[in-house]
Amino acid sequence: MSAATGSPRVAAPWPWLAGSAAGLLLWGLLYSQLQPFSGWLVSLLPIERHSHLGEAIAFFLYDVPKVLLLLTLVVFAMGVVRSFFSAERTRALLAGRRGGIGNVMAAMLGIVTPFCSCSAVPLFIGFVSAGVPLGVTFSFLIAAPMVNEVALGLLFVLLGWQVALTYLAFGLGVAILAGLVIGRLHLEGWLEPWVLKIQAAQLDLPPNSITWPDRIRAGLEAVREIVGRVWIWIIAGIAAGALIHGYAPEELLAGIMGRDAWWSVPAAVLIGIPMYSNAAGIIPVVEALLGKGAALGTVLAFMMSVTALSLPETIILRKVLSAKLIAVFIAVVGLGILAVGFLFNLLFA
Amino acid sequence: MKDVKVLGPGCKRCDAAVQMVKDAAAASGVEVSVSKVTDYAEIAGYGIAATPGIVVDGKVVHAGGLPKAEDLARWIGG
Repeated sequence: MSAATGSPRVAAPWPWLAGSAAGLLLWGLLYSQLQPFSGWLVSLLPIERHSHLGEAIAFFLYDVPKVLLLLTLVVFAMGVVRSFFSAERTRALLAGRRGGIGNVMAAMLGIVTPFCSCSAVPLFIGFVSAGVPLGVTFSFLIAAPMVNEVALGLLFVLLGWQVALTYLAFGLGVAILAGLVIGRLHLEGWLEPWVLKIQAAQLDLPPNSITWPDRIRAGLEAVREIVGRVWIWIIAGIAAGALIHGYAPEELLAGIMGRDAWWSVPAAVLIGIPMYSNAAGIIPVVEALLGKGAALGTVLAFMMSVTALSLPETIILRKVLSAKLIAVFIAVVGLGILAVGFLFNLLFA
Repeated sequence: MKDVKVLGPGCKRCDAAVQMVKDAAAASGVEVSVSKVTDYAEIAGYGIAATPGIVVDGKVVHAGGLPKAEDLARWIGG
């Protein structure tokens, strides 16, 4: 690098690290005061605490700040972690891998590799044209939207680490198995013809100059972007959850979404496909439904269907995949999710 | 005259990257022609896997997310 650019190349990391530490401290302070604060807020309202309305409002006032605070922390941490990964590096790790270990790696890298839905098509072509097998590419593309920090963070906050860990394990399982199946079917010929013709140039990026302050900045940027986008969904989701919490009759919901209603699992998967809410809006509703007797397997199947099989994403992918291949993709992933739902309701009876 | 291409299907970040290139060019005083490449096949031909990508005089210098302003100044000014 020439001195002529005049920019201070190595900024001292200490102000950034100290700033992060101060931010975390402030975060902890705020979080520890949530319960007393929301209790105090509810006591100010001229409403009987144990009425339907009182229950709903207390639920809302406690959950909104709690979820937003925790989400901010998780998204920040994930933004920092992602600054260590890139789609190009992930591709280099996956190129030429056979099925099996390649699918496992792809699904796991799908969690940590930075990925936005407008990058889905370039990423797909970039992977396939660089020699990443089709099934391995699909494992990545299924895991990336399904097992993400927003979903895992919210499940952890609202439903506990057991549920979050289970979702992680089964989400990865679906991505790995669906990718393996698609790989075995050898559907390369079902890509759109122009995709197969692409001769990608060898990429030789100059080494990047990323420093710790850059990584912290990446975390803050992720917070601004992701929390800035999903906060409204979270508030809407918690409001819906609060209504269910305060008003929904228990017997009715348990009858529709309980373990005994086997048909509720396929119904949940089907309803989830055209829905494109993100996990942020769905999980608070899910929490309330569980509290009213819905079965965990049914509810997890619904969540996976909403996040992994979204209509807008398949429309984007239609540019590179034939309709037949899209149908196979939806069928294989849908069946996997269905299996997760049934298995869960069976195991955790 | 430098030729800079921003590769991306046209999402918000790609537009932000175009703006960053223009700002860097203005700051460095180097004459730069900036163009957008939105065609998927053409983007893929450059071998990147994440957008936006930045190409300076035919060489890919960046892929995925927004570049650092300092790096951009170096690629364009250097």
